[in-house]
Amino acid sequence: MRTNQVTAYKPSFIKSIFAITRKDISAEMRSRELLSSMLVFSMLVVLIYYFALELDIKAREAITAGALWVTFSFAGTLGLNRSMAVEKDRGCLDGLLLAPVDRSAIYFGKMISNLVFMFIVEAIVIPLYAIMYNVNLLVPGFLWITVLGSIGYVAVGTLLSAMTVQTRTRDVLLPILLFPLVIPVLIAAVKASSGFIQGLPMEEILPWMNLLIVYDVVFTAGSYMVFDNIVEE
Amino acid sequence: MSKTPKLLMVLNVLSLILVLVGYYLALFYAPTEKVMGDVQRVFYFHVATAWVGMVGFILAAVFSAIYLIKKDMKWDMLGLASVEISLVFFFITIVLGSIWARPAWGTWWTWEPRLTTAAILEMIYLAYLLLRQGIEDPEQRARFGAVYTLLGGLSVPMTLLSIRLFRTIHPVVIGGGGSETMGMTDSMLFVMFYSIIAFTVLFVTLFWHRIRLGIYQEKVERLKSEIYN
Repeated sequence: MRTNQVTAYKPSFIKSIFAITRKDISAEMRSRELLSSMLVFSMLVVLIYYFALELDIKAREAITAGALWVTFSFAGTLGLNRSMAVEKDRGCLDGLLLAPVDRSAIYFGKMISNLVFMFIVEAIVIPLYAIMYNVNLLVPGFLWITVLGSIGYVAVGTLLSAMTVQTRTRDVLLPILLFPLVIPVLIAAVKASSGFIQGLPMEEILPWMNLLIVYDVVFTAGSYMVFDNIVEE
Repeated sequence: MSKTPKLLMVLNVLSLILVLVGYYLALFYAPTEKVMGDVQRVFYFHVATAWVGMVGFILAAVFSAIYLIKKDMKWDMLGLASVEISLVFFFITIVLGSIWARPAWGTWWTWEPRLTTAAILEMIYLAYLLLRQGIEDPEQRARFGAVYTLLGGLSVPMTLLSIRLFRTIHPVVIGGGGSETMGMTDSMLFVMFYSIIAFTVLFVTLFWHRIRLGIYQEKVERLKSEIYN
């Protein structure tokens, strides 16, 4: 509704994105329920790998990238579910939708905060894994791949979690919807990062990196375009 | 309740005859393949069902996009019909492929790009159906379903591409040269294209039936809500 007398205050797009991100992060810093569950879960998974896969010194080099990405994607669904469920349960989503900001600002805001949580978990799990299994993971290329992979994962995950939170089956549904769609990310990220860990030549890693970048761009743009359809009331 | 349209009845009979003739052509008319023997005859229906699955997959993405623009429930019904038919036909394709792969490759299943992509596509379809089941409001169900189908339409080609970066052992049927191409005689090609046409007609028939079913479902839902109110 537009009237001539009242000019509504409308913050800029970038400003509203960061306002939403800041809200999420400061709420998380106070409750710490999302990060702590993601972290404890990841550590448990890393421990379980030792017993389940008998990661001896030879198997480690080949399997490390895969093991880490499985950990990230499982822990990621925990975080994504939680971050949207909080919005829905306490009616915050309706509040956000009432705010005079572009709907897609909500998407990007949530996406960036989910990404930050993802990075924090990765920043703790990767060194921990490196110490426990004695693999050198402090390779710049490997860290870049982790960043690129997380962006693609979170881009789709944020959109889908906004969707599943409104369904009857909720938390159960998110991994089922998410995993078949992020398979290109998982394949490319695992291949590229194990390439870096094993020190393969760059021309063998480059196609996977390109694929990751293409996926990130396509799915961020795609999710941005359809997000309005998800939160329509 | 409207009667079955005449054209649809004709299509029913026509698809039955076409598929039966297809059986005859594939099992008796087509020459036996030199290297693989009789098991190669599975190939004609394998290609045809894969084709129908592919058509359904593309149609589903197109209908979803149209739904999101027009917001007309009719497009949602068309999208759902495409997904359901595509799900069944891709499943048949995988089973037929397995039957062929056992003697030809020595294994029922291998992690080959097309096989893996087909399996992941089936997973996406199942997830789509689960998603629809979890939503009561038909309009919301249509919106979410359309968004998910569109994302699937974006992701599946990339999945195929990413697995293709590994080497492939799947025979290349159309296009692509070299030793990988199957050497097919003219009569084999004829049977292949015949099966593709026969299954396309079958697809149209099934699609029509599914849409009629969808219209009736909607009617029942409307009548139910009228009774409750």
